[in-house]
Amino acid sequence: MSSEMALILVGLLVVVMLAAALMALLANSHLVAVAATSVLSLGLTLLFVVLKAPDVAMTEGVVGAGLGSLILALALSRLDLLRERKNEGEQ
Amino acid sequence: MSREQRSLQWTPLLFSVGLGFLLFSLLVAGPFGVPPMQVGEMIQQQGAEALGTANLVTAVVLGYRGLDTLGELAILFASATAVGLILVGQQREASKATVFLGEIFDHAASILLPLLLLVGFYIILHGHLTPGGGFQGGVILAVALFLPALARSGGYRTPIAEAGIRWIEGGAGALFIGIGLIALVGGGAFLMPLLGVGTVGTLVSAGTLPLLYLAVGLKVGAELAALLLHLTGEEQ
Repeated sequence: MSSEMALILVGLLVVVMLAAALMALLANSHLVAVAATSVLSLGLTLLFVVLKAPDVAMTEGVVGAGLGSLILALALSRLDLLRERKNEGEQ
Repeated sequence: MSREQRSLQWTPLLFSVGLGFLLFSLLVAGPFGVPPMQVGEMIQQQGAEALGTANLVTAVVLGYRGLDTLGELAILFASATAVGLILVGQQREASKATVFLGEIFDHAASILLPLLLLVGFYIILHGHLTPGGGFQGGVILAVALFLPALARSGGYRTPIAEAGIRWIEGGAGALFIGIGLIALVGGGAFLMPLLGVGTVGTLVSAGTLPLLYLAVGLKVGAELAALLLHLTGEEQ
């Protein structure tokens, strides 16, 4: 991969990550916010891959996108926030 | 405005100033790409041959800095125990009735469990060859056990009971420290790699490092599985 291509890719990833971070802050639904933080972590994972740090990328992907989102989603379901949103959507 | 609110307002400012100072000191610390310490360069030249690992990160994490890894495990153990202490007192009040979310969710959860377990063990056992290792694979193992809990809200039971998770956790920790002590008995340093180097790049190589990574993986997995078990409120 040429360095210019890598630079464009990094810029694109940063834009996606910023958008995901903003979405996590501004989203109305808790579930959407959790999904947005997961997208942010996935962007960071790809960024680490582009920067040739596969070990760190794997940790970020597993912990940030996987475990972090799972814990947040489980916390939502424990607080009964998942179901509340679903009922609102049905009405 | 109460005193607590005022201190809350000052916290972000203090944090920003600290972050700015950190970045500034990084900028003035020296030329970019020239590390102030030479030990990393030495490890890069010798690590792969001295320890027999194709993945240099593993050589550092388990070979050169094995004691730090033990410290990391201790930190993880302490934090998981603390979270467990907080969560175990609060029993879930919501009904435990099974909510059926649909065929796709239900079957995908059953199919994902063995696949994720396979991926987790693959990453752990190939930690000395490819990127990844005990920590990443262990997290995947823990997540594999509890991903179905999301698909079937309520009424989900893990394949392993809490007592089993505790036994795995304790056994893996004992295995890690035991391997370290064996090296100590043999006249070497604590956690020194044993059993020779083998052929670099093959599955059975790098001496005791894959065994150490297996212990790390199982311990991390069991640790996080216990944490998630408390979080899902499945304990009776």
